[in-house]
Amino acid sequence: MAKVTIDGIEVEVPNGASVLQACEAAGKEIPRFCYHERLSVAGNCRMCLVEVEKAPKPVASCAYPVADGMKVFTDSAMVRNARRNVMEFLLINHPLDCPICDQGGECDLQDQAVAFGRDGSRYREEKRAVKDKYLGPLVKTIMTRCIQCTRCVRFATEVAGVPELGATGRGENMQIGTYVEKALTTELSGNLIDICPVGALTSRPYAFVSRPWELRKTDSIDVLDAVGAAIRVDTRGPEVLRIIPRTNEDVNEEWMADRGRFSFDGLKRKRLDRPWIRREGKLQPATWPEALEHIAGKLKGMPGSRIGAVAGDLVDVESVYALKALMNALGSQNLECRQDGAKIDGSRRDHYLFNSGIAGIDEADALLIIGSNPRKEAPVLNARIRKRWNSGAMPVATIGEAGLDLTYTAEHLGEGTAVLDALLDGSHAFAKVLGEAKKPMIILGRGAVAREDGAAVLAAAWALANQIGALTPEWHGFNMLHLFGGQVGALDAGFLPGEGGQDLAGMLSGGVDALWLLGADGFEPAFISPGTFVIYQGHHGDRAASRADVILPGAAYTEKEGTYVNTEGRVQRGRLAVFPPGEAKEDWRIIRAAGVAMGVNLPFDTLEDVRAGMVAANPVFGLVDGRIAGGVQDVAGPAAGGTLSGTAFKANLTDYWLADPISRASETMAECSRIYNAAPVAQAAE
Amino acid sequence: MSAPHQQEPTDFTFDADSEAQIAKIVARYPEGKQASAVIPLLYVAQKQMGRLTGSAWVPRVAMDAVAVKLSMAPIRVYEVATFYFMFNTKPMGRFHLQVCGTTPCWLRGSDDVLRACKDAGHLKGYGDTSEDGLFTLSEVECLGACVNAPILQVDDDYYEDLDYDRTVKLIESLKRGERPAPGSSIGRQTSAPEGGPNTLLDIPMMAKE
Ligand code: SF4
Ligand code: FES
Ligand code: FES
Repeated sequence: MAKVTIDGIEVEVPNGASVLQACEAAGKEIPRFCYHERLSVAGNCRMCLVEVEKAPKPVASCAYPVADGMKVFTDSAMVRNARRNVMEFLLINHPLDCPICDQGGECDLQDQAVAFGRDGSRYREEKRAVKDKYLGPLVKTIMTRCIQCTRCVRFATEVAGVPELGATGRGENMQIGTYVEKALTTELSGNLIDICPVGALTSRPYAFVSRPWELRKTDSIDVLDAVGAAIRVDTRGPEVLRIIPRTNEDVNEEWMADRGRFSFDGLKRKRLDRPWIRREGKLQPATWPEALEHIAGKLKGMPGSRIGAVAGDLVDVESVYALKALMNALGSQNLECRQDGAKIDGSRRDHYLFNSGIAGIDEADALLIIGSNPRKEAPVLNARIRKRWNSGAMPVATIGEAGLDLTYTAEHLGEGTAVLDALLDGSHAFAKVLGEAKKPMIILGRGAVAREDGAAVLAAAWALANQIGALTPEWHGFNMLHLFGGQVGALDAGFLPGEGGQDLAGMLSGGVDALWLLGADGFEPAFISPGTFVIYQGHHGDRAASRADVILPGAAYTEKEGTYVNTEGRVQRGRLAVFPPGEAKEDWRIIRAAGVAMGVNLPFDTLEDVRAGMVAANPVFGLVDGRIAGGVQDVAGPAAGGTLSGTAFKANLTDYWLADPISRASETMAECSRIYNAAPVAQAAE
Repeated sequence: MSAPHQQEPTDFTFDADSEAQIAKIVARYPEGKQASAVIPLLYVAQKQMGRLTGSAWVPRVAMDAVAVKLSMAPIRVYEVATFYFMFNTKPMGRFHLQVCGTTPCWLRGSDDVLRACKDAGHLKGYGDTSEDGLFTLSEVECLGACVNAPILQVDDDYYEDLDYDRTVKLIESLKRGERPAPGSSIGRQTSAPEGGPNTLLDIPMMAKE
């Protein structure tokens, strides 16, 4: 530790800390552009200058290590003068076009110019102009505004793991770009917008849409992948205008994946905003009472065993809980939340959770990924793996698709389950690597258990985890990576076939006469047996709605108070940012009202009641924002049920950009899909 | 203008000559630090282009080839190549005429050298490449040979003590495919005074001459 005095305040900071960090510890704000806590130090903007006793000139505090007994001044005449002058230089080549700049109002350059700059400009000469660059469909560039802090270059290289951005040329002619014109090949490109301290990199879909002070900001949770990133939903009136990440060190740090960030325009398109009833083969608009009466009429007298319900991938726990209550009240045990056919029995939570935790990745020292491509399935989580891999030798291996580019080096062991056998009997060399690791991790893709021999794969992966010492009272190295934000919550709520209940396959093949689909768009609706009466409750007229006999318009995740559980079992709350469109309603209320129409009074009237019921059914739901962490008490594995088939693992998401109903309605995502799935064509930019 | 020498090539492979040089260069750096060889390798690529196409520049495909050789991200090579003036990222004429315009050369008549280059080489000005693809004209800063100012650097060779006529003559002979011996164009011995050394004549080594 080093004792440093900052403006007379004494603080102790670790040796090797920078002066800037010491100043922060003392509660002093240091202006900065190039410095960013999560990136390497560049020290090129000079905005962070401070005075250090006995140093002949101001020092760049972000790149200057502390020394014991150092005296630092952050507000001396020298410092104020230095900052003013740095700012003046920065502004020489800045266009000062704040009135037409989308960063206006939330721009570091603007704020710091006001706080630390001089009040007028002395510059009368010509300014340089820089040609804008193409970085893809999501990030808009106005490169004349760039102050060349190189944060974006470092983010792309270090965090996203796609070293495609750089600073070419020098001096006056230095430019930030890709040199070869192409879209950045990352699922994290939106973060460049946040990280750019000026308006050089801004959001293309948000261009000229709004000013930050016009927005209403609602803290919420991303559900479009299973990471459950903390987000802020910015709205004006009834419209979601943008979604940006919040900091949550345990989950997403401060990053966010592009699908969660940019697919919100899908919230306005293809929406189900009123009830519909199929009459004479055609869907026709109806009122709520008509729709609910129609359902009640159809279901009346139907034995409970002939009614079934399937929950989708983006559902909140409240509506799942409510639907389960309704089904049970109707005497049905036919519940299913595994649209993909994943062989998860739900009996023990740690058989289907990402038990090490996302933050736990930082501690792991060997990793085996089975049947998953985390870069597509959970881009932020993948960046965390990359961060861990970057910070020191961590062997990584994959089983499944060949030729994956995960942004870190991974040894490909094989495509099918044969490798699992070899690892289990110890004949494969990587078994030794895992065995010798102190905190080995196994990540099993949810898709890897969504196949015929899924149960055997699950059992084998667990057995392997046990065998390599990944299951100890201190460390839980077995991890399942889910794909969407509603999947774990539905499993936790026990939305699975009960006593004598039928599973998805049974229900589809005529096992039921009435099928209630709660946002279930994950399977081909043509598989539903023709005679079945289908109720579709959800927010998008996606695949399943066209097959429905009754449509009940529900709320998307930005339109309701909902509880979601991420892949590591963290219970989080999404908040209502805008009201559902038209006549659409919060989902648990729809289910409750349907119950009333059928003469079933479900035991809840308010959201509080529902939540109390959820906690009573499964206490984990009471642990909001937390998760049950820790090692393994009981190493007994899931039931094998069959043998490994030897077939290769397939990709779990066929198209990252169009993986969920909201994204499938989004024009931005459609464009991304078009651009990123096209064969890459590289052209020289200059 | 799209003379063949100005077209962007679509592929690039190092030839045997270059490969031999690369092996030597890369071996100079410790294992894992091969990226340090990026500058010499860019030179190798530029020289090879000059040798094979008559236009000494590094097209993007050549930078990519360097990146592959050194296991670097291509953008890291682009950054280096565009930073240094000595790497030509655009097609060049067969001869690169580099006029020193810094004060000593300027005082000694670099304006005349420039004019001669334009007239004889049919060049419009700095940055221009002649229609026949023979010459590209650049302005450079002090070449460190001010004693024999003004200087015109042709590719790697210095031609010194130039004036308008001698520059025209030089360019004409380049056009004929000749390569006059570099150095002083008035027969000056290295950087000694015109007409030969006149100081330190009693140093035995000098006296012997
Ligand atoms: S584009 Fe933004 S982040 Fe990138 S160097 Fe310029 S100012 Fe910095
Ligand atoms: S923040 Fe220290 S130099 Fe940029
Ligand atoms: S000024 Fe021309 S060589 Fe120095």
